[in-house]
Amino acid sequence: MREYIGDVMGESNVHSLDTSTAVHSIQDKFIVDKLDLYYGTFKALKEISMNIKESEVTALIGPSGCGKSTFLKTLNRMNDLDSTVRIEGSVLLDNKNIFTEIDVINLRQWVGMVFQQPNPFPKSIYDNIAYGPRVQGITKKAELDIIVERSLRQAAIWDEAKDRLHKSALGMSGGQQQRLCIARTLATKPDVILMDEPTSALDPISTLKIEELVLELKKDYTIVIVTHNMQQASRISDKTAFFLLGDLIEYNTTEEIFTNPKNPKTEEYITGRFG
Amino acid sequence: MQDNSRVIRQDISWKIIISLGGFFMIALTFALGFFLFYRGIGTFTTYDHSVFEFLFSSTWAPADSHDGGGKVGAAIFIFGSISTCLLALLISLPFSIGVAIFMTEISPGFGRKIIQPIVEIFVGIPSVVYGWLGLTVLVPVIKDVFDTQYGFSVLAASLVLAIMIFPTITSVSADAIRSVPKNFRQAAFGLGSTRWQVIYKIVLPAAKNGILTGVILGLARAFGEALAVAMVIGKTKVFPVSILSPTTNLTSAIAADMGGAMDGGEYNIALWTMALLLFFISLGCIFLIHYISESDGENI
Repeated sequence: MREYIGDVMGESNVHSLDTSTAVHSIQDKFIVDKLDLYYGTFKALKEISMNIKESEVTALIGPSGCGKSTFLKTLNRMNDLDSTVRIEGSVLLDNKNIFTEIDVINLRQWVGMVFQQPNPFPKSIYDNIAYGPRVQGITKKAELDIIVERSLRQAAIWDEAKDRLHKSALGMSGGQQQRLCIARTLATKPDVILMDEPTSALDPISTLKIEELVLELKKDYTIVIVTHNMQQASRISDKTAFFLLGDLIEYNTTEEIFTNPKNPKTEEYITGRFG
Repeated sequence: MQDNSRVIRQDISWKIIISLGGFFMIALTFALGFFLFYRGIGTFTTYDHSVFEFLFSSTWAPADSHDGGGKVGAAIFIFGSISTCLLALLISLPFSIGVAIFMTEISPGFGRKIIQPIVEIFVGIPSVVYGWLGLTVLVPVIKDVFDTQYGFSVLAASLVLAIMIFPTITSVSADAIRSVPKNFRQAAFGLGSTRWQVIYKIVLPAAKNGILTGVILGLARAFGEALAVAMVIGKTKVFPVSILSPTTNLTSAIAADMGGAMDGGEYNIALWTMALLLFFISLGCIFLIHYISESDGENI
């Protein structure tokens, strides 16, 4: 994976010089261009074009059914699991087309995902974390031990987990399970972490912990998070994208979106007049 | 005010009818077990043989009279049953699990519309048909291919049994696989697993209790099958020297000899003891299934 990044660094630079819209110091991780997505005949995403910056937190907001989760799942091709989905347009990850130039198995290791419901496997904490590295072919116990500890520390759950590594992950609380799932994603050494409403099933304290974790992780990872919670978006994200009925209505810095929205629909949504 | 007494009376009578049905079921099971025990125990009480002789001796020469004095070593029959059933399981298992995986994970639409009904048809075919097909197709083929004298063999019996238990194991396993929560699969795919990795690292371990239940149900069916096996096993009272040699088993012996043996005689009672043994085997299988389903939810 690291080789791959090194490989395309150069190209990526060239590209951000070409696309002149945004700040040049930060590179584009994803470049989404005219993305259309259909469920059967229903068009769920309409000509979405947006660049997602490296080492930033990008929040996707919008009312239920607006396409934000669908868009998120496109970024690591989880939508492929649904046979009715058809996609047009392109998504580039580090300037490589995720549909044609990157193998989907690699893509999902580089672009990890945390789901709405904490979904640890009914395995031990250790085996949950080690799952990703193991499917990548790492079998040496010493190596796995290091990965497990590092991932749990990164996800700020090492202290709670270290004495029960070989106990079932299902014995943890919901908030702990979600941080475990984040740790499990980190163990595959991703570049990007996608989070699909990761705190919607959690209590306020667990939510706070996850938010702190996101702010910590953005130093090393690009994070894209879907959230229903406006305060959450404004607390943790650098950029915010507002989706409505499959359209990307407005995409800007979070500060701009929340203080000075350009589109009246955005303003209506963030002030709670609909959605 | 409306009088509801008629409806209430109806409700009570339904309850009584249904409860009677339930009690009858329980009573029947106990009566069956008691009767088998009552007849089967005679070998050890009336005719004074040891359990050890019955299970481990291979001298089978019970006297067809009330005098007794014969030999009731059933080891050949027991070994015949166990070997054919285990071999059948060994043959059937890869196919059953493979088909179950295919119809659920690989091609669920095709699986539900085409394979599921086909598997159900297999369940409905009477065992005499399996036996007849075994006799007319399988036995001659084994005779020719392996150049044996008759073709009647452990292998023929195992193949017939394998086909007969295949639908049981397949459909129970498919149900178990379907009931694995979708979010396990999502999580596994999200971590960059290939489809095969999702299946053998997550789905199969999560479904293993259900699959095991299917295996035991299949095994129980195989142990109890008489007709189809009797038609192809050769009914020769010797230990098989290879899977190509003929032998016999518990159910064939009971089916073949029960009519001829004098009621209450040593021979007759020895056959009852065999039936009792089969009853205990299926009882054991059922307890095993309950034990497994109780341990559900454990780590995979």
